[in-house]
Amino acid sequence: MAEINKCLDKTDFMKKQYRVALQNSGVINPENIDEYIAYDGYQALAKALTELTPQQVVDTIKDSGLRGRGGGGFPTGTKWQFALNQKNDTKFVCCNADEGDPGAFMDRSILEGDPHCLIEAMTIAGYAIGAKQGYVYIRAEYPVAVKRLQIAITQAKKYGFLGKNIFGSKHCFDLEIRLGSGAFVCGEETALMTSIEGNRGEPRVRPPFPAVKGLFGKPTVLNNVETFANIPPILLKGAKWLQGMGTEKSKGTKVFALGGKINNTGLVEIAMGTTLRTVIDEIGGGIPDGKKFKAAQTGGPSGGCIPAQHLDVPIDYDNLIALGSMMGSGGLIVMDEDNCMVDIAKFFLDFTKEESCGKCTPCRVGTTRLLEYLEKITEGKATMKDLDDMEALCEYIKDASLCGLGQTAPNPVLSTLKYFREEYEAHVKDNTCPAGICKSLLSYVVNDKCIGCTLCKRKCPVDAITGAVKEKHFIDMQKCIKCGVCMDICKFKAIDKK
Amino acid sequence: MKTIQELNDIRKQMRAELNLDGKTNSNIRVTVGLATCGIAAGAEPVFKAFQKEVKRLGLTNVKIIQSGCLGMCKHEPMVEVTEAGKEKVTYIALAADSAKRIAEEHLAGGKPVMDFVIGNE
Repeated sequence: MAEINKCLDKTDFMKKQYRVALQNSGVINPENIDEYIAYDGYQALAKALTELTPQQVVDTIKDSGLRGRGGGGFPTGTKWQFALNQKNDTKFVCCNADEGDPGAFMDRSILEGDPHCLIEAMTIAGYAIGAKQGYVYIRAEYPVAVKRLQIAITQAKKYGFLGKNIFGSKHCFDLEIRLGSGAFVCGEETALMTSIEGNRGEPRVRPPFPAVKGLFGKPTVLNNVETFANIPPILLKGAKWLQGMGTEKSKGTKVFALGGKINNTGLVEIAMGTTLRTVIDEIGGGIPDGKKFKAAQTGGPSGGCIPAQHLDVPIDYDNLIALGSMMGSGGLIVMDEDNCMVDIAKFFLDFTKEESCGKCTPCRVGTTRLLEYLEKITEGKATMKDLDDMEALCEYIKDASLCGLGQTAPNPVLSTLKYFREEYEAHVKDNTCPAGICKSLLSYVVNDKCIGCTLCKRKCPVDAITGAVKEKHFIDMQKCIKCGVCMDICKFKAIDKK
Repeated sequence: MKTIQELNDIRKQMRAELNLDGKTNSNIRVTVGLATCGIAAGAEPVFKAFQKEVKRLGLTNVKIIQSGCLGMCKHEPMVEVTEAGKEKVTYIALAADSAKRIAEEHLAGGKPVMDFVIGNE
C-alpha cells in the first residue's frame, strides 16, 4: 500500500497553485502583528519610505505590469501615476472590500488571514501618491474580517506603522474602516466613494475619474484587496519578479473562489495563463458523480459562461473578455450537464435587477425587461422574435448604462446565447428544458415499473397522484407542482421526468 | 513608535520562535483554520478542545494558533501541525472530540494520527 499523504502542500489541489496574495493566509496568526513581521511584514513599507521616492514606487508598480484584481484589469501603476500627478494637498487611498459577487470570497479570506498586508500596502500607496488618509470599505456581512482588520489597525498604530512620521520619515498615514450595507452597486468605484461620503450609494458619471476627482472631490486611488495584497511582495522582490509570472499582458497570479459542480471547492491562486482545464480537472479534481462538464462561469453577475470547447484557453484578462466573459473579482462556478443555461442567466439577471440602484433608466428598466424575457422563455411562452428582441435589448443596456453594473449586466445572457443558443431554442420551439430544470416545461410520468405501492400518492403534497393499491398510478399534471418528491422517494424508479 | 532596527529585531526573534531561521527549536505549532468558512464548519469548538487538551497534558512547547483560510472548503475544519525538521501534517474534517487523540498521540507522542490526515479522506 502506498504511503498516505499527510501534508496539504502535496495534494494535487495545492501543487499547481502559486501563492502571492494568499502567501500568509492560513500560515500566520492574523491577530498577531509579530508573526506578520516574521514573514517579512512591513519590510516593503520600510524600504519604500527610506530608499525610494514616491515616483520610484509608482514606477516599480508600473514596471511590474500589475493590473487591478477587482475585475476591470486597469494597470495599477498607471492609476497611481494619475493620482501622483494631481497637485492637491489632500488625497485619499481607498480599498474596495465590498465583495459582492455571489459565491466569491477571495477578499474576505485575505482580510481574515492576512489583514496587515492590506494596511502595509495602503500605507505604501499613501506614500506613493501623497495621501495621508485611507479608507477600507468593507461589507458589514464580514464581521470576522472587520474585527481582525480593526485589531490589525490598532496594532499597526501602536507600532507606529500607521500614524505620524512612520519609520522616522515625513510620511503620515491613517486608516479607517467604513462599513457597507451590502448593496452590490457599492462595489462600483464611484458608488463606493459616494457611500463613504455618507450619501446613498449611487454611481456618478466618469470622467472625471477618481484619480482626478474622487472621494470628497479629491484625487483618490481605489484598489481592490487582492491588488493591494500584491504590492508588498512586488516592492520586496522587484518588478521583474512579477513580470516573470503570467502571460504577455497579464502578469502575476489571480485568486479564484472555485465552486459549483466540482470535487475540490475552495480558494485557489494560480499564475495567469494557467488553463481552465488545469484549474477544473487537476486543482479542482474534476466533476463529481462522473457528470459531463458543461460550462464555467467567471466574473459573477458581470461575467459569462465559457463552454467546453474553450477549456484550453490560458486564463488572463484579455482572453476571458474575448470569450464574452471577464476575469471579474474571481468567482469561478463550474456547471455540469444538469445545469440549464437559461436558468443560470435568469439567476444572474434576477440578481442584477434587484441590485440595480435605479439611477439610470437603461439599467433600471432594461434589467427588469430582460428578466421578463427570460421568465417567458423558461415558462415556454416566448417566440423566436422574443429571442432576437432580447438580444437587441442586451446591446442597448450595455451601451447606455451609467456604470459597470448595467454595462455588464447583460453578459450572462449574451454569453449563454452565444454558446448555448440551441438550449434557448429548445425552450422556445419545443417547449422543453434539456437539462430538466425549468419547472413549467417539465412533466412527471409514471412508467410501467410502478407496482402500486401508494408511497408517492401518500407523500404528494398536492394530492396530484391517483391509483389503487397494486395498480399503476397516474399523475395529474394540472395539479402537479413539480416538486419532484414522488421521483425522489420511489423505490422502483417508476417515475420519469420529461 | 518602532524604528527599522526594532522591526528587524522583532523579525529575527519571531523567525527563531517560528523555526524559520534555519536553526531549530522544539516548538510545535498547531494552526486551526479559523476564517468564516472554518468557523461555519465548526472550527471554534475544535480550537478550544485543542487548547484544553494541551493544558491538560501540560505540553508547554505546543502553541495553538488561530489562522485564516487554508483554502480547501470541503475539508473544514482543518488543522495543521508544524514542527522543526518534520513534514507538516494536515488534519481534515475534525470534530472537537478528535483533539484528544491528536494531542495524546501526535503532540505528546510524536506519532501523527493517520485516521484524520488529508490523504486519508
